[in-house]
Amino acid sequence: MLYVIVLMTMLFSAIQAIRTAHLINSALWLACVSALLATVLYGVGAHEIAVIELSVGAGLVTVLFVFAIGLAGDEPMPTKTVIPRLFAFALVFTFTLLLILFTLPLTGSASASSQISLTETFWQVRSADSLAQIVLIFTSVLTVLGLLTERRVKSKRVFTPVQEREVKKELSL
Amino acid sequence: MTLEPVALVGVLGLLSVGLYGLLIVRNLLKVVVALQIMSKAAVLALVLAGSASGQMNLGQSLAITVIVVDTITAVIALALAVKVRQRCATLDVRALSTLRG
Repeated sequence: MLYVIVLMTMLFSAIQAIRTAHLINSALWLACVSALLATVLYGVGAHEIAVIELSVGAGLVTVLFVFAIGLAGDEPMPTKTVIPRLFAFALVFTFTLLLILFTLPLTGSASASSQISLTETFWQVRSADSLAQIVLIFTSVLTVLGLLTERRVKSKRVFTPVQEREVKKELSL
Repeated sequence: MTLEPVALVGVLGLLSVGLYGLLIVRNLLKVVVALQIMSKAAVLALVLAGSASGQMNLGQSLAITVIVVDTITAVIALALAVKVRQRCATLDVRALSTLRG
């Protein structure tokens, strides 16, 4: 029952993150989604992922959003949407219906449980993933540096005639 | 009552809300928020799949990968949005799509 309430709150937070007008509120609702998702993940049994989701999703990403909103500014948008709301709703409904039809009922062999720990799985079985993640992190750091670093333009200082005379006077003194 | 069916409803709900957001929002930063919601649904789905198939560690390992890639995507998208705002003075996707030159 507790997890049903958590899940409903999570979905409500997600809807609010999309609906709210101000970007900063949107980022805060998204942080709520992350925190509640971490609770659900803990309940499912994925304790490590819950911790990572809480620290990265609710912490790091929220800080990044607030930083980006501070740089870009909160801009009021016109209420008219890109596509009509009814059409978007129909598309989403169709998508969800197809997803349910293709995925349910869940048929898995739950008996095939492996004895390998998460550390071994992550660093040995899925070592290519780990390497790809390291490469991606470095690439993203370089990309962000390239995007946000301002190029310094060497500007030649131009003096007005009055300033030029003053500078000459100072030099002669 | 087990948690898996409830969490599956959460996956479907988050995916739907994220997709709806992607379709209707006009603000570039809100597009990133919608993408984040969809990727959270993917994380939950991977963990659920791992739990259902009895390979929880594999599901968790893949979920870690999704979280890392999702964070990197958010970082680059936010940096691009900031740059777009500085260059074009707007974050409206419709206004950006009509820019020429």
